[in-house]
Amino acid sequence: MSKTWWKVLGAILVLYSTVGGLLIGVPRLAILNETIRNLYFHVPMWFAMITLFSISVFYSIMFLLKGEDSYDTKAVESVNVGVVFSILGLITGSFWAKFTWGQFWSFDVKQNFSAIAILLYFAYLILRNAIDEEQKRAKISAIYNIFAFPMMVVLIMVLPRLSDSLHPGNGGNPGFNSYDLDSRMRAVLYPAFIGWSIIGFWIYTIRFRIRSIETIANTPDYGEVKGVRDRFVTNENQSTTNENKQQHN
Amino acid sequence: MQLAKEVKYLIHKEVLLEWRSKYTINGVLLYVVSTIFTCYLSFVSLGDKLTWNALFWIIMLFASINGVSKSFLQETKGQQLYSYILASPAAVLISKMVYNVLLMLVLTTLALGFYILVFGTYNDTDLLMYYLAIILGAISFSTVFTMVSAIASKAGNGGMLMAILSFPIIIPVLILLIRLAKNAVDGLQWDTSYDEISMLVAVNVVTVATALLLFPYLWRE
Repeated sequence: MSKTWWKVLGAILVLYSTVGGLLIGVPRLAILNETIRNLYFHVPMWFAMITLFSISVFYSIMFLLKGEDSYDTKAVESVNVGVVFSILGLITGSFWAKFTWGQFWSFDVKQNFSAIAILLYFAYLILRNAIDEEQKRAKISAIYNIFAFPMMVVLIMVLPRLSDSLHPGNGGNPGFNSYDLDSRMRAVLYPAFIGWSIIGFWIYTIRFRIRSIETIANTPDYGEVKGVRDRFVTNENQSTTNENKQQHN
Repeated sequence: MQLAKEVKYLIHKEVLLEWRSKYTINGVLLYVVSTIFTCYLSFVSLGDKLTWNALFWIIMLFASINGVSKSFLQETKGQQLYSYILASPAAVLISKMVYNVLLMLVLTTLALGFYILVFGTYNDTDLLMYYLAIILGAISFSTVFTMVSAIASKAGNGGMLMAILSFPIIIPVLILLIRLAKNAVDGLQWDTSYDEISMLVAVNVVTVATALLLFPYLWRE
């Protein structure tokens, strides 16, 4: 139970922000009208994406320092999940844009730069496919991942602020901070940030465990090759096997 | 002190090698000239400043990808091993970057001269500021492409990976450069472009710093 509380918390927060986001009152504004509720679903996607990409960079750095295979698996799986969240962010943004700006894709700087940032991570995944040797692939892709991360931050956070954009918070448009001063919106938005980040992290841990099991299954005679299996067994599993042993004794 | 000595020696080696064969500089120069001439034959005259500026940067982007990517992709495994034994990774990277910056400065200056000769310039263009944009462009293209070409060369198949890996990284820099250059073409005041200039310098500092931190891991194999 002590290890599942954050999963429960994430599920509750996402459920709350979904129901609350649709039901709790919002400020009534021209043009935006009820589409302002998209804030609860669009922005948390980017928040979860940034969280997952940061985790990926962290494990890429750890891989370069320690050189363990499991760090590489963690880095690539968090990128996989992060890319899904970024695509969801683009889609929710496009739908909102259809109702407020009039088009799904109006070649706004914010839209273009987010699309390029996603290309950056597609390039990372293609780079991984291009190299056959596992250790080499892990090292080179870790280096590219760390090298690309600052550029992603520049693309998503810095450049849109320098230029005119239709997006709220850019180019003279007021950000949503000026709308949710009545704190009803904040009460939903911040839990949504945390909830979706936790859900993203949860999906990533499941993806990592699936990939680890596949790696163990594909390693021939893993029982004899000492150390290969141990690298992928998490502490959680190790402690349970120890407990089982003690019970048997 | 040791590092500075190694860097100096390696840059000398690069320049000497280039001076003996003159392959890269002549090759890229011919590439630029023929591209500009092809553009001239198809456009005849460029209608507005926006196209004038954008066309120049697109030509420069492809020319510099061709020029800079040679730095690591061209070297054989034996050459890389030789410099690995002789010099520290930081010295190798810095020397390549500095050499590429020098190469790109020469190339872009000549290219701009030819471009102006063919397409002419506009009356209110601030050429000094445009040249600053070109210097910043040469530096940023060199630093980013040098590191990416090192990654691509270690990954094996060079040409296509180089393009895939470098374009998403260079686009933010390119957008800043085009914006700065557009200010120059329009002849705006210098203080309107301080944002772009400082951002470009910051991006370059970050690029060089991360490249210096990461390159030793890449170089070791």
